[in-house]
Amino acid sequence: MSRDEHPVWWRDESLRPMMVACLTLSAAVGVFGVSFGVASVSAGSSVLQTCAISLLVFTGASQFSAVSVIGSGGSFGSALGGALLLAARNGVYGLAMSRRIEGSLGLRMLAAQMTIDETTAMSVAQPDPRAQRIAFWFTGVALYCLWNLGTLIGALAGNALDPTTYGLDVAFPAGFVAMLWPLLTDARARLAALLGGLVCVVTIPVTPVGVPILLSALAVLVGVRRPAEVAS
Amino acid sequence: MTWTLVLVLAAGAYAFKVTGLVILGGRTLPPVVDRCLALIPAAVITALVMKDTFSTGRDLVLDARAIGIAVAVVAAWRRVPLIAVIVLGAAATALVRLIS
Repeated sequence: MSRDEHPVWWRDESLRPMMVACLTLSAAVGVFGVSFGVASVSAGSSVLQTCAISLLVFTGASQFSAVSVIGSGGSFGSALGGALLLAARNGVYGLAMSRRIEGSLGLRMLAAQMTIDETTAMSVAQPDPRAQRIAFWFTGVALYCLWNLGTLIGALAGNALDPTTYGLDVAFPAGFVAMLWPLLTDARARLAALLGGLVCVVTIPVTPVGVPILLSALAVLVGVRRPAEVAS
Repeated sequence: MTWTLVLVLAAGAYAFKVTGLVILGGRTLPPVVDRCLALIPAAVITALVMKDTFSTGRDLVLDARAIGIAVAVVAAWRRVPLIAVIVLGAAATALVRLIS
């Protein structure tokens, strides 16, 4: 397939709906970045640390998890472990995206930093390889800019507020609830969520802070059985 | 939060991304591994909700946060946008603290 068949991507009318969808999603994620900024400084991180986390880690659920565990007094190891468990799925997205992302090693190393929920979802939703590639990069760049801008705004705003007065300490769990909801359409995911939550509550009084988050991951063993064997 | 954690987490998160996209490339994982990895977010995020709502340190507690989360759950169920779920949950918690 020759590329001259298509106009330059920013003039290509057929790509317009995808670009509008990418920008809408990125704007929403930017607002979510504001809430990360607020929550992170409320939990005791500095503005500079909060911005560095968004710039360097760049995967929302892991960032929230690390800051939340540290904020409740968890150890380095449990904060890191919980966050990395949530980062593992980006590796799976990378496997799926590697067929769609071509170019030099440097370009693919850059693409790796952008391989997260949203970029993968926008890309795989496109009908052909060219649109998939463009959607990945377009969403990746827009999202990276807005997520980090949002984080900076939130960190500066959060620094000026007392967390418990405005219920900002609930920003973490409320954000997690919003992230969780779309996952629960699947029967196995509901079972894993139920077991994960149960393991966490039962182990909170008897293990060091943060460790229950690691133990909750045992609930993924629900996935060992084949889908057909799980009654839904 | 320490700078060491920020940097180690950044390196670890990037390692997963680069392993999938650049190092392993187009290979596929055994189906059982794929299925288990796909369930991590549901299990771990639910645990984070429980910890942040019902605990302070190692103590299980029931306070204003539970009302805030109940409101957030209803909002998420009604398909309210993510940021509104957070604002409603926080506002409900602040309100309960104000009147109690």
